Amino acid sequence: MSAVQAEKVNSPAVRDRPIYLDYQATTPVDPLVVEAMLPYLTQNFGNPASRSHSYGWSAEEAVENARAQVAAAIHADPKEIVWTSGATEASNLGIKGAAHFYSGKGKHLITLRTEHKATLDTFRQLEREGFECTYLEVQENGLIDLDAFRAALRPDTILASVLFVNNEIGVIQPMEEIGKMLREHKVLFHVDAVQALGKVPVDVEAIHADLMSLSGHKMYGPKGIGALYVRRKPRVRIEAQIHGGGHERGMRSGTLPTHQIVGMGAAAELAVQSMESDSRRIRQLRDRLLKGIMSRVEEVYINGDMEHRVPHNLNLSFAFVEGESLIMALKGIAVSSGSACTSASLEPSYVLRALGKSDELAHSSIRFGIGRYTTEEEIDETIELVASKVGKLRELSPLWEMHLEGIDLNSVQWAAH
Amino acid sequence: MAYSEKVIDHYENPRNVGGFTKEEAGVGTGMVGAPACGDVMRLQIKVNEQGIIEDAKFKTYGCGSAIASSSLVTEWVKGKSLDEAMQIKNSQIAEELELPPVKIHCSVLAEDAIKAAIEDYRQKSGAVSAVETH
Repeated sequence: MSAVQAEKVNSPAVRDRPIYLDYQATTPVDPLVVEAMLPYLTQNFGNPASRSHSYGWSAEEAVENARAQVAAAIHADPKEIVWTSGATEASNLGIKGAAHFYSGKGKHLITLRTEHKATLDTFRQLEREGFECTYLEVQENGLIDLDAFRAALRPDTILASVLFVNNEIGVIQPMEEIGKMLREHKVLFHVDAVQALGKVPVDVEAIHADLMSLSGHKMYGPKGIGALYVRRKPRVRIEAQIHGGGHERGMRSGTLPTHQIVGMGAAAELAVQSMESDSRRIRQLRDRLLKGIMSRVEEVYINGDMEHRVPHNLNLSFAFVEGESLIMALKGIAVSSGSACTSASLEPSYVLRALGKSDELAHSSIRFGIGRYTTEEEIDETIELVASKVGKLRELSPLWEMHLEGIDLNSVQWAAH
Repeated sequence: MAYSEKVIDHYENPRNVGGFTKEEAGVGTGMVGAPACGDVMRLQIKVNEQGIIEDAKFKTYGCGSAIASSSLVTEWVKGKSLDEAMQIKNSQIAEELELPPVKIHCSVLAEDAIKAAIEDYRQKSGAVSAVETH
């Protein structure tokens, strides 16, 4: 199926669009997922909350089936899955919901500086409400220092939130160790596993997760659907953030979007089934891309650890060229500079800054996201394009000229503006 | 980010890329911006004995708008007297390239680059003529 689909989407003969290498921003919906969803838009359109007729019953059955699919994908019980509009809502519900419920126990929360904005902005909001938050530094490779994490724990720490797989640099945090440490200290563990599911094994028991945010559209499912895992043994309590009707056992009210939920369930099942074969193929493509670029272009730096990393992501900085102009030059490739949420601003990526990268290198970074439908041909085209465009921009760059003349750019007194 | 056709044209076919030897007589060099801010422009002018800018070159590290702004001003300053070139305003550059509000700083930088190059030329030529009058 995958090969046929790849042919359809990406064959140069029919491709009139850029090569898609932004799979960490979003993914196309897998045709099998679309197929599963369609009947729930037309035929079985019932409200899953309708208890008085078969329209409702069949919708409810579909929702529960999908709940079981998502639960199985993370080794949870279906009763532990709460549907949300997406992972941003799931993280808001999990973090705020737990913080509000356990505020009597303590007011301290911990997360990392390199988290997704859904977590960071939620933490900022909790700070405005009177909570105290610690934003842990990461090491130069993007990974957390466990000793530093342990040192940040306080008697009044109630929750810590960690991004399983980083969306910008793809690094995998040591989740088992973090989870074990937090469990010992009786601190709730919220995991943002949006970029992890389908890329690495996700097991809520193995990592001692108490809460976990998931998204449909990062794993070839539809946008507008996500889920929050809420542990039942030992029971984790959260306060609802959206009220009205008491759906999802009171944790999240609102009519359930049956077709979206069916899509997310199918996507989760497929993600786990195809994880090994996808990853093996994607790793070959990633290695080909990296080798190709490195052999053709000088002064390229890899952002984030290469060992503890999903192969789906390659984040490179091209010294002496500016990121936005590079993206403009690479208009034949759909890539991003930093994450899509921040690339509208002129600020360099806060994730790369947190790794201690200079402004220049943070400004010149490109995230290549490889996915299920990426082909070898596309990777080769990408290498060609990157090599020629970086070369062209460097010819235009006064910084490259200075570098070639042996001038240390840090020694220059810049007229900042 | 949607760029105007003019920005894309200058970006894809930048005019007057390169440089002159800084020490060369009649050359003024302006370098503005900082790598940390995401843009650095180097604009050089070559002024003839009549005080007319007869050639201009640039190199820019920056976004498409920054590259287009500097490419455009190299075209504009050619054939102008120094005083005329000093009159070029960032608003004219922004208008010509249809820069969106978030990119206005690129046109400001280009105006600064012209002024810095002229300033550099005047300092150098002032020093030269001072030597000559002795």
